[in-house]
Amino acid sequence: MTLIRFQPERAEVSPAQRPGDMLRDFMNLHFPFFPQEKAGMNTWSPSLDVHDDKDAFTVTLEAPGLKKEAFEISWHDGVLSIAGERKEASEAKEKNCFRRERFFGRFSRSVSLPADVQSDKIAATYLDGVLTVTLPKAEKAKPKQIEVSVQ
Amino acid sequence: MTTTTTERSPATATAAPERIRYVTPAVTIHEDADGYTIEAEMPGVGKDGVHVTVENGELVFTGSKSAPPAGNTLYRETPRADYRRVFDLDPAVDTDQISARMDQGVLVLRLPKAQDKKPRRITIGD
Repeated sequence: MTLIRFQPERAEVSPAQRPGDMLRDFMNLHFPFFPQEKAGMNTWSPSLDVHDDKDAFTVTLEAPGLKKEAFEISWHDGVLSIAGERKEASEAKEKNCFRRERFFGRFSRSVSLPADVQSDKIAATYLDGVLTVTLPKAEKAKPKQIEVSVQ
Repeated sequence: MTTTTTERSPATATAAPERIRYVTPAVTIHEDADGYTIEAEMPGVGKDGVHVTVENGELVFTGSKSAPPAGNTLYRETPRADYRRVFDLDPAVDTDQISARMDQGVLVLRLPKAQDKKPRRITIGD
């Protein structure tokens, strides 16, 4: 007979609410004389997936057309934060433009993970416009099988 | 008792093709004197996953996504479907000279205008 440790928190992953957004909305509403971010500059929010494998979590972020150096990835207190900036080529702005559906500027996404990870072993790759962050699970967070002998 | 069999035409014998869903990639299109540049965002598509065709004055590009990482998906925002978008081409575009490249999930298409269709400056003779 095998027992696998129950992990209720696994089912409840959601992207972290970004408290900065609420604060900014509040400030813009009640204190409009404070300097604000330029309209349209904070509309880019690349989409994000979280995968749970046996040994590691994988977070993928679809952010095409950036430089590898433009990403800032940080881990703090169970929350993975990915920020970055996509710059539009200056000569492209001046050309006659038919359609402009792509967003440029800064973005920031955060996601909280449901179990401990080995924070010194977090690694990231950027390929084909997808940033993949691999977070190996801490030993105690891995699912364990405990043999129970039935008398 | 007689039975008659009728040969079914191939058109009716095959089931209706399954409707494939695609994601419309975001594009930016610029025009300059020499042609057009189309940038289409197709994250997760490598160089081998892109197909660009020009037929009957239509430019069609599709991109197939690479497989997601292993494991259960806990949370998902990205669509799994492939990308596809169609544009009508300006007749001035020289279809033989169209070039394409992939740059970190962005398909960059260059559509040069044919030499004799470019705007020309005409100098006034004496």
